[in-house]
Amino acid sequence: MRAEILLEFFINVLSMGSLYALIALGLVFVFGICKLINYAYGEFITASAYLLYFLGAYTDLPWPVVFGICILAGAAIGVLSEWIAFRPFRGRSLDALLVTSFAISVILQRAFQLGISPRSKAVPVPDFFNMNVQLFGVITPLRNCLIIAVTVVLLVALVLIMKYTPLGVAMRGASENFITARLMGVPANLVIAAAFCISGFLAGVVSIFWSSRTGSVEPLMGAAPLLIGFIAVVIGGMNSLPGSVVGGFVYAFIANILSLTLPTALLSYRDAFMFVIVIAFLVLKPEGLIRGNYQEERVG
Amino acid sequence: MSASNLPKNSASAQGNGKQTAAAGLLERLDFTRKSSTVVFLIAILTLVGAFIWWLNIPFIEDIFTSGTITLIMVLGFQLYMGNSGILNWSYVGYVGIGAFASAIFSMTPAVKAMQIPAMYPFLVNLHLPFPLALLSGALTAMLVAAIVAWPLMRLSDAVGGITQFALLIVINVMLSQWAEVTNGPRTFTLGGARLTTLWVALGVAVLVIIWVFYFKESSLGLKLRATRDDRYAARSSGVNLVAVRYFGYVTSAFIGGLAGGLYSHYILSITASSFYMSELFLVLSMLVIGGSMSVSGAFFGTFLVTLVRQGLRQLEPLLAKGGIEASGTTEIVVAIMMIVFLIWRANGITGGGELSWASVQHHLPGKKARIQKPKEKE
Repeated sequence: MRAEILLEFFINVLSMGSLYALIALGLVFVFGICKLINYAYGEFITASAYLLYFLGAYTDLPWPVVFGICILAGAAIGVLSEWIAFRPFRGRSLDALLVTSFAISVILQRAFQLGISPRSKAVPVPDFFNMNVQLFGVITPLRNCLIIAVTVVLLVALVLIMKYTPLGVAMRGASENFITARLMGVPANLVIAAAFCISGFLAGVVSIFWSSRTGSVEPLMGAAPLLIGFIAVVIGGMNSLPGSVVGGFVYAFIANILSLTLPTALLSYRDAFMFVIVIAFLVLKPEGLIRGNYQEERVG
Repeated sequence: MSASNLPKNSASAQGNGKQTAAAGLLERLDFTRKSSTVVFLIAILTLVGAFIWWLNIPFIEDIFTSGTITLIMVLGFQLYMGNSGILNWSYVGYVGIGAFASAIFSMTPAVKAMQIPAMYPFLVNLHLPFPLALLSGALTAMLVAAIVAWPLMRLSDAVGGITQFALLIVINVMLSQWAEVTNGPRTFTLGGARLTTLWVALGVAVLVIIWVFYFKESSLGLKLRATRDDRYAARSSGVNLVAVRYFGYVTSAFIGGLAGGLYSHYILSITASSFYMSELFLVLSMLVIGGSMSVSGAFFGTFLVTLVRQGLRQLEPLLAKGGIEASGTTEIVVAIMMIVFLIWRANGITGGGELSWASVQHHLPGKKARIQKPKEKE
């Protein structure tokens, strides 16, 4: 019995952690190269989830096609937002970029509220997502296993891209030192667009699993994954891709532990505890668990 | 007013002691280039306020009063963000703390026992007159800032931004969950009459304009601006970065708390969600559109955005009548305005300078006065 509880906890942490790792990766891809914390990232996820809702509810397309369109749309939104909103700020202060991403996030939220509905919509989910499977004596929905598998595949693919393709090498170079990378002939527009594209792609994948877990989509749903992404990124290390993956899993672990161990009276303060941990990390260990190559400036 | 021609004579006055001190002070306050700003801003605000009071239309009076409270909020925000160059996400959290704290101080025990049954007994018995409650609320916000801020002041750039953001979330969770103090997620109703009248808001705003402006011109403000413009040069000139940021941050939290107290005694029912992202977005947009580096920027940004918002708000019902669902367009318009300003006029309406006698002279035809504008910062 004990072993089963432990195993269930383990599967929960792994499946949640996989999702969180993908969220964090999407944030870090953009941060690594532009040093921009993209507040509109949550709205990329919301937008893909709305597409999932429309395609799933109003068309008879087979599920793989629907998912494919959603993910590609996520990538397209990423590239478009870079093209329209962030490109004019190239070379300007980071605060201007940050404020812009905040403004875009507000614009998209309000646009969803105006154009679609301020109330939440039920997202159709394929039946096999919620089918229960038995894993070493523990019953869990199939989507938990799916997200783990998808994450593993994506991570392997990303590692291969980053390690062996010219684009990946260029992106790694740009994230270490953008100016030097440009001097070496790395095209800035291409690398930044690629970062936003991958970020949007990941947002598309996340939107499928996130909305299948909550079962609904609403204009403000992007806030929750964004905050989780922040925490995971900070814990793992703001400037390293493996760090963000580790951070996602650590976050899932801490959140599960807190849910289990906090007394019920304090459970509603869980978010506060999480963010106190974030602040402590930033103050005591700002480079995170895994140290990236670029270091933030720090005084005092 | 006679100070306007003093700086020229001050060199000759340096001989004898008393006069030197007075002349030195006047020179530092330099009416033409510096102190005239305060006079202009206060005059504009008071004249508009008096005119609206004379009109005596409750609807317009409400817009002016809430706009003035927002102005105080934006001024406090400017005090830290404008001078240190650090985006202070947690600011609206302190506004919230001030709002709840001053409400708890000013409500009578009987009302509190009725409105918030779960409240701690020692809080129920607290009762202060309105001005003291306002001050105590602001001090509470300042105290919280003073306790948490020191280690956070070491962080700059992206890490500093995320820390402040995390702090805002922590404050928001506390405000929205602590049922024994803030009535939890339910609405906190103050009961009683509206204590923040037009003249109260106006009076506090005048004081805050003076405070924020002379903070900027003070030695502390100058040091803080030095850390904004060049961190390393400031340090090597002996500026203690953490300390000057800390005092700026704590002062800003005090003004935020003050604005929060005025807000809660104006609106009379508050929830923690009134002090979160949308409020932050509003304050930020006002400061960015006006120009974050100057007090005049905060002033005119608030003025412009309030006008735009109220105008659009009047349009929304009209559009709704025509069958167009339009609630929320206001924020989209303000967000687009902000991005447009950031792209084409990054330093806002004022361009980072102050409205002063010298800048007015500069724009008058035929007259040329030398004014120094701060250089644009990348």
